[in-house]
Amino acid sequence: MEIKSLEWFEEKQQHFENLDVQLRKLHASVESLVCHRKELSVNTAQFAKSAAMLGNSEDHTALSRALSQLAEVEEKIDQLHQDQANADFYLFSELLGDYVRLITAVKGVFDHRMKTWQKWQDSQMLLQKKREAEAKLQFTNKPDKLQQAKDEIKELEGKVQQGERDFEQISKTIRKEVSRFEKERVKDFKTIIIKYLESLVQTQQQLIKYWEAFLPEAKAIS
Amino acid sequence: MMEEVQEVKSALSVHGHNIKVTEVLKDGDALTFLIVSQKLSGTGEYHVDRTCDDFEWLQQHLFSQEDVPGIQGIIFPPLPAKAQVNASAKVMKQLGFLGLGEWQPYCKALETFLRQVASHGILNKNKAVEIFLTSSDPPGRQRAKKNIFNRLSQAVEEMRKEGHKDVDEFFQTERDHNLALTGYTKSAAERFLDVVLTEQKIAVACGHFSAALHLCVEAGEDPDKQAFSRICVKLSEVFDSMKKNMMSMAENNMNTLGLGLDLESRYQEAEKEMLFRRTCKLVELETARKNAEKAKPVKKAAMEEVKKAAETEFDHICGVAKQEIARFEGARVEMLQQAMVQWCEKQLLTAKESADQFNQHLQAFRGMA
Repeated sequence: MEIKSLEWFEEKQQHFENLDVQLRKLHASVESLVCHRKELSVNTAQFAKSAAMLGNSEDHTALSRALSQLAEVEEKIDQLHQDQANADFYLFSELLGDYVRLITAVKGVFDHRMKTWQKWQDSQMLLQKKREAEAKLQFTNKPDKLQQAKDEIKELEGKVQQGERDFEQISKTIRKEVSRFEKERVKDFKTIIIKYLESLVQTQQQLIKYWEAFLPEAKAIS
Repeated sequence: MMEEVQEVKSALSVHGHNIKVTEVLKDGDALTFLIVSQKLSGTGEYHVDRTCDDFEWLQQHLFSQEDVPGIQGIIFPPLPAKAQVNASAKVMKQLGFLGLGEWQPYCKALETFLRQVASHGILNKNKAVEIFLTSSDPPGRQRAKKNIFNRLSQAVEEMRKEGHKDVDEFFQTERDHNLALTGYTKSAAERFLDVVLTEQKIAVACGHFSAALHLCVEAGEDPDKQAFSRICVKLSEVFDSMKKNMMSMAENNMNTLGLGLDLESRYQEAEKEMLFRRTCKLVELETARKNAEKAKPVKKAAMEEVKKAAETEFDHICGVAKQEIARFEGARVEMLQQAMVQWCEKQLLTAKESADQFNQHLQAFRGMA
């Protein structure tokens, strides 16, 4: 194999090692975000309950009403937090999790290529030894052993050729798959990010509706 | 009456409604607050710096006005718990909202305290208030004489009087209502604080994610790598926007409804303390009446005097207490209304700004090749 090609594979292997580290970090970050978002949902629900109880015990009618409305707004906001936590998880966390698993598989394939190469090299070295042994046997009067050596050499030549074919094949497949991976990840990430941004915009638009509905209730307290 | 008007006019030489705590300075572990008051006489301001100990000095002087009739019927504006730099976890928990935001909410709470004291018709007559707001020197370090709160803290058995049945339906209702509201308000404030603290955690997590994305940017001329790097940079900007949105929501919560619930909670406690002082006086009065009834002839006159003094004091307290409760009810409703309106307006503005920002990011991603 040409040196340029070897360099390409070395560079790609390192690239996937780095990508593995980076994606795992991102995945851990998103998992932390999902966890905090769920915590926010729980805390919001508890605050909503407290506000409702405060509203129920309040004597001032308009204030009591506003506090009850506040509790309802917070319940709705809790639902938004839950939806956002789901978006964090099902969009980002799952995407990054999938890519972490994919890269683990890619790294496995690179390892398998190395093993294929090693097997080919081992076969070549064994063939070389067998040829040297056959050459020595030419000068001895052991026709049986000489024939055995010739048979073994024939078998090994087959293995060496197969080893080379396997190595070429796996190298070709990796090149193709890496190129596909680089294109697909751009497409995958873009698709997910657009969905995520749509969820963020929708959340803010819902919040606007809730606040606009609550404001006159708050102003009505007097 | 004229004297009274003159007294009201000359209570303070500054306006009470617009006192400001403009800055907080850190000096080692201690905090110093800069207070600005507008002179009544026209243009001109007083600028003084005060520590938490100075605020406590003021509060102690307000508590120790035993010569003011009915003083125990006052709902004393609540002073926030003492703050310090590098406060312990216990102190921070006690401070709640006031421990957040680089002491800005704490400054607001002190400002509210001073405005309430300076606007109170009885409290603002205390010379300590004038000295506190106008003297360029720190207020005196001498301890105030024994005050009404000292007596309260002495006797643990006094706590048993909390449930003592009242003779006045108005006050019994007020006590029952206050008991419920104190608990629920404290609970609501604590739950809301949990919301704010979690929002801050989410902001930090978004910041981490944004920073981690920059590590995914790859050098090189490969067009696919460049495309992925662009996505990472743009996504990092999205998470920066999410961080700003969450920080803004947390700040809005803290500075409006959070502060409002905190003040309401502390004020309900202050009313509780006033009602308890009155209840203790009621028990004292009932004991004095029993003693006068059962007194032997030789001690009868003296016991009658004690009874009369207790009745007079109790009547004064009830009179002041009723006025205070009416004033308090109006003030708290107005304060909570303002807090809720400001909260809603700020969150609405943040939601609109964030919707706009996220929409811009969305269009940018849709337009990416």
